[in-house]
Amino acid sequence: MNSPAHDIQLDSQGKLRHFLSVETLNREILTQILDTAENFAGINDKAIKKVPLLRGKTVANLFFENSTRTRTTFELAAKRLSADVLNVSMSTSSTKKGETLLDTLRNLEAMQCDMFVVRHQDSGAAHFIAQHVAPHINVINAGDGRHAHPTQAMLDMFTIRHYKGDFSKLRVAVVGDIAHSRVARSQLHALRTLGTKEIRVAGPKTLIPSELDHLGVKVYTDFDSALDGVDVVIMLRLQTERMKGALLPSADEYYARYGLTTERLKLAAPDAIVMHPGPTNRGIEIEGLVADGPQSVILQQVTFGIAVRMAVMSLAISSTEISQAQGKFA
Amino acid sequence: MTTIEPDIVRTWLTKMATRLKTVLADDLDDCMMVGIHSGGVVVARELHQMLGLKDPLGELNISFYRDDFSRIGLHPTVGASNLPGPVDGRTVVLVDDVIYSGRTIRAAMNEIFDYGRPARIILAVLVERDGHELPIRADVIGDAMDLHTGQVVKLQAGDLSLQISEHPDQSGEPA
Repeated sequence: MNSPAHDIQLDSQGKLRHFLSVETLNREILTQILDTAENFAGINDKAIKKVPLLRGKTVANLFFENSTRTRTTFELAAKRLSADVLNVSMSTSSTKKGETLLDTLRNLEAMQCDMFVVRHQDSGAAHFIAQHVAPHINVINAGDGRHAHPTQAMLDMFTIRHYKGDFSKLRVAVVGDIAHSRVARSQLHALRTLGTKEIRVAGPKTLIPSELDHLGVKVYTDFDSALDGVDVVIMLRLQTERMKGALLPSADEYYARYGLTTERLKLAAPDAIVMHPGPTNRGIEIEGLVADGPQSVILQQVTFGIAVRMAVMSLAISSTEISQAQGKFA
Repeated sequence: MTTIEPDIVRTWLTKMATRLKTVLADDLDDCMMVGIHSGGVVVARELHQMLGLKDPLGELNISFYRDDFSRIGLHPTVGASNLPGPVDGRTVVLVDDVIYSGRTIRAAMNEIFDYGRPARIILAVLVERDGHELPIRADVIGDAMDLHTGQVVKLQAGDLSLQISEHPDQSGEPA
């Protein structure tokens, strides 16, 4: 590899070992994740929605921050791969009693876990854990602070590819609180790496970070112009707690300027799809009729999320299996 | 490298079709034929046409069911399986190009049972070679070959010829 600093996410063969952020991954790896997920999506046709691939492996969900949807889809993904799953709610565990994070990790390693799925309120937490785990353990980032939420981004890419096909022909708008959204950051990187024709972001000036220019993204503060002719509209959840901090006007005013209504959606391409990572705030960033409407693929995103997480988990464990078989950790 | 001409392969296929008619008897019209990706699908396509089966051909990609994940990781040619309908109570004709260790067939049967409970499974393979590692035998074969461990048999999808070559990596085990 040409890059001087080795990417901790990849093993010496360039295969995915940890999945922490889409930023440094190339198109080949992102496409491999999408293709593998495509094959797992067929599992829903079977009476027994399981494959024996990860039988005997143990996946520990380490959620330092609550998230029902992400945790349950990771849990289902692991179970459909026949892995055993431990759900460790870190907010109520020994970390509260003063055990350090590294002690917690060592204990989970001693319990013969094979993979950690980490959700944390601090940016960089999953990277930190990946740097400190035993070599046979894989780490998947399930959301860290404002930094990244790579599996959410990949399930969004999967959804876009499923409904719209080739990224090089697509105009995609990401709308809302870009500045505080790890989902948006990961999406923008993935969209760019996959060669999206035009990426637009829209939202109040106070919620759009300045570094977006590097990503080749067009910034709009006027939602209507951002929607003009787009093929995909991705709405972000407005974190209502931000409104307390003067970054935002009232919810009503936000809805008037940035809420996706039936009327507004007509500005997009007639066959545009509407996406949202959930949970949706109806009447704040999206009208109920749009969220439930014919162009909405919000629930399909949830279904695809399981296949995408199965793909990421099996690819990561696959790379470790190969290394172990070759005696690399001996 | 030895090549077995398509004409010979076709006579094997004809023999298999005739034999399948006998084995299937009354179930012929109602059976579901399933080829194992990728060589088995080629053989199954021919048999499916010769027998004039009603139901579309099914395909199995057994990558997620292989027993060598802990040794070689995820198979590079993973793909989705696609069966034409429910397998419950049906007679399934499972088709592959070569049976060797029997591990592929075991994985394929495990996958079929995740779709439902077939009434019976009949195994048809073009080439049976020595080297069984499991108590699995084909019901219908095109030809039996006596090959040594280092040899590889491969069906050419384009013209239905069969190539027997020396495997460059002698450590390779039955597939």
